[in-house]
Amino acid sequence: MSGFAKHHKKLERNVTLLGLAAFVTVAIGGIVEIAPLFWIDNTIEKVEGVRPYTPLELAGRNIYIREGCYSCHSQMVRPFRDEVERYGHYSLAAESMYDHPFQWGSKRTGPDLARVGGRYSDEWHVQHLIDPRSVVPESIMPPYAFLAEKDLKAGDMVKHLTAQRRVGVPYTEEAIAAANDDLMAQADPTASTTDLEKRYPKAQVRDFDGDPDRLTEMDALVAYLQMIGTLVDFEAGEALEEPR
Amino acid sequence: MDTLLLKAGGWLAIVFFAFIAMVLAADAGFAVHMAIIALAAGIALWVTINKADYAAIGRGILKAPADPGIYDDDPIRWGVIATIFWGIAGFLVGLIIALQLAFPVLNLNFEYTTFGRLRPLHTSAVIFAFGGNALIATSYYVVQRTCRARLAFPGLARFVFWGYQLFIVLAATGYLMGVTQSKEYAEPEWYVDLWLTIVWLCYAAVFIGTIVRRSEPHIYVANWFYLSFILTIAMLHVVNGLSMPVSLLGSKSYAAFAGVQDALTQWWYGHNAVGFFLTAGFLAMMYYFVPKQAERPVYSYRLSIIHFWSLIFLYIWAGPHHLHYTALPDWAQTLGMVFSVVLWMPSWGGMINGLMTLNGAWDKIRTDPIIRMMVLALAFYGMSTFEGPMMSIKAVNSLSHYTDWTIGHVHSGALGWNGMITFACLYYLVPRLWGKERLYSLRMVNWHFWLATLGIVLYAASMWVAGIMQGLMWREYGDDGYLVYAFSEVVSAMLPMYIIRAAGGLLYLAGAIVLVYNVWMTIAGKQREEKPMTETPYDEAADKPIVGKPAIEPAE
Repeated sequence: MSGFAKHHKKLERNVTLLGLAAFVTVAIGGIVEIAPLFWIDNTIEKVEGVRPYTPLELAGRNIYIREGCYSCHSQMVRPFRDEVERYGHYSLAAESMYDHPFQWGSKRTGPDLARVGGRYSDEWHVQHLIDPRSVVPESIMPPYAFLAEKDLKAGDMVKHLTAQRRVGVPYTEEAIAAANDDLMAQADPTASTTDLEKRYPKAQVRDFDGDPDRLTEMDALVAYLQMIGTLVDFEAGEALEEPR
Repeated sequence: MDTLLLKAGGWLAIVFFAFIAMVLAADAGFAVHMAIIALAAGIALWVTINKADYAAIGRGILKAPADPGIYDDDPIRWGVIATIFWGIAGFLVGLIIALQLAFPVLNLNFEYTTFGRLRPLHTSAVIFAFGGNALIATSYYVVQRTCRARLAFPGLARFVFWGYQLFIVLAATGYLMGVTQSKEYAEPEWYVDLWLTIVWLCYAAVFIGTIVRRSEPHIYVANWFYLSFILTIAMLHVVNGLSMPVSLLGSKSYAAFAGVQDALTQWWYGHNAVGFFLTAGFLAMMYYFVPKQAERPVYSYRLSIIHFWSLIFLYIWAGPHHLHYTALPDWAQTLGMVFSVVLWMPSWGGMINGLMTLNGAWDKIRTDPIIRMMVLALAFYGMSTFEGPMMSIKAVNSLSHYTDWTIGHVHSGALGWNGMITFACLYYLVPRLWGKERLYSLRMVNWHFWLATLGIVLYAASMWVAGIMQGLMWREYGDDGYLVYAFSEVVSAMLPMYIIRAAGGLLYLAGAIVLVYNVWMTIAGKQREEKPMTETPYDEAADKPIVGKPAIEPAE
């Protein structure tokens, strides 16, 4: 028996040593790969336009998570010609920098949604969510008609934004204090939304589900879907690269 | 008596606090979960009072000491039954969601039965409920036998079993109600994560405690794998589960990390749930049960050392291959790809060590359907650990990622390797744990083998075709320079593949139902009258030359 096997005998007879050696062995890979992502600056390039979610968008995103949409829809366009032509500009790390948790997904049973914002009308989304096959006959998506029936009970958005800030999303004191009002105002065409739009540039303010009298889960989800991938202005970037 | 009162008081306090939390809950999901916890603690209270050994307490001890001359097998018997129960549940939900993809009307237009909510139910049921119970039960069995010692902390060992079942129930009901963190294979919310952490640390204490109490000087190789599985899962679970609850009385939380960091943390976890839960832990099962059933020693001691250390070192690096061509930095993607390809070697080292253990006993593949299952499991382990490194190559991944090829790959590993090795271990364990001479029927094991094998072939083949077809159709350009297919056309092209896949799933489930019947009858003490699975028939009378007439007429 060689020397190596003799030394290994020590580990095989001491569970503390064995456990410790195994733990150190499995810890190395994660430390080398994950830790640098937190301190290498160019992991997330600086991009203009990315901002935290409005309370209504956040509530919609929580419904997206609750329903497991990520099981079938990715939010990560890869830098390939076909994907860029099919979906739009490839995704940047900065675009999901406030996503706790990330929603990149791993499977495209349905299409990628990273650039779905603004691509369809609100009416299309509502109709599609209520009965997907009424607008896309080939679709195999489950129907989500109940979203239009249920009033949005997002909980206390002040607490939600506070929890978000604790994990590093830069909500201001003012934004947190106004969270519950902002939630209501964004889907209310009659409300004054100057402050909301100042806090959240490019926020889309309107009734989303076609029923202005009620704030439903459908309002929140459509508000979220309509803003995905719209914060960064890629056309402005292209113009700079190729002046005509 | 004091200890009994203390225990009962503890359970009562949990009932009380869970009830208060239920009343004050911020959302319905949390309220239901607190009600389940109150109910579970109530049952524990009832058991504590009703099943207490009052005669022993009268003599001044809490309960009569267990017989030190036999192994502590009660939690293993429960674990075997739980494994089978959750297995059937998980396979059934898998079949349902497979059919939903072919026939979306099966989503029933009801929020609790949509694909999005049932899918994590399926994955968690098969990985953590079926696989997890198999791992806990077999590790309790193996660690006692290879250490020649009874389980350390028997009370804690039982708590681990029931605590783990509570975790499963909380996770499963949570998914149906939409209580999820959305991190694949780590969906349970913060309080369920905390509960699992407690249960898992107790599991580690029982397992390591038993090793410490061992009578054998040497720690058997199966236990190295179990140990690394338990320690690594603890590390992965704690780091990936870090999150900030919105309210201590509500189910919702926000993950500690965001975007790219969260993505890599998740897939560091996700890939190593495969690497340590579904590989290291199941290799431990292989290292004990294959030599036992084959009645041969492990092929190579030295290979097992190399294989163990290289496998656990390399696996942890492979996570980034789930994020090829995403916004994850290139250096991390490349690192993940390189380690994934290298990982092929230790994986096959393990397969070779398992298969070659049959050296000199290969005939058993013909006569022993349990060995046949083990060999098939190892063959599928080998195939999926070749397919995995191949798919982690960036050029291949650009085609396979986001498609059903990944689903096919996962299932050739899960159904072929994890499923088959678990079934084989169950067939090994049941007669021994219930003190029966043999299984009810060996021929039914053979039926199970073929139903499952056929099911896997249909599943994997249809998903290869589906996945490659998807990948190619998405990137197909016409002569005009435009994309040829709309996304919806690709979806409708999948229909025949999804139906074949569901048929494969149905066969696999049918095989598992045969297992249930076989195990049920074995425990009931029945033996099926059947022809033994022996060698090819041999007729001595026919094995003779024919004398008296020439075999061939001479030519004229």
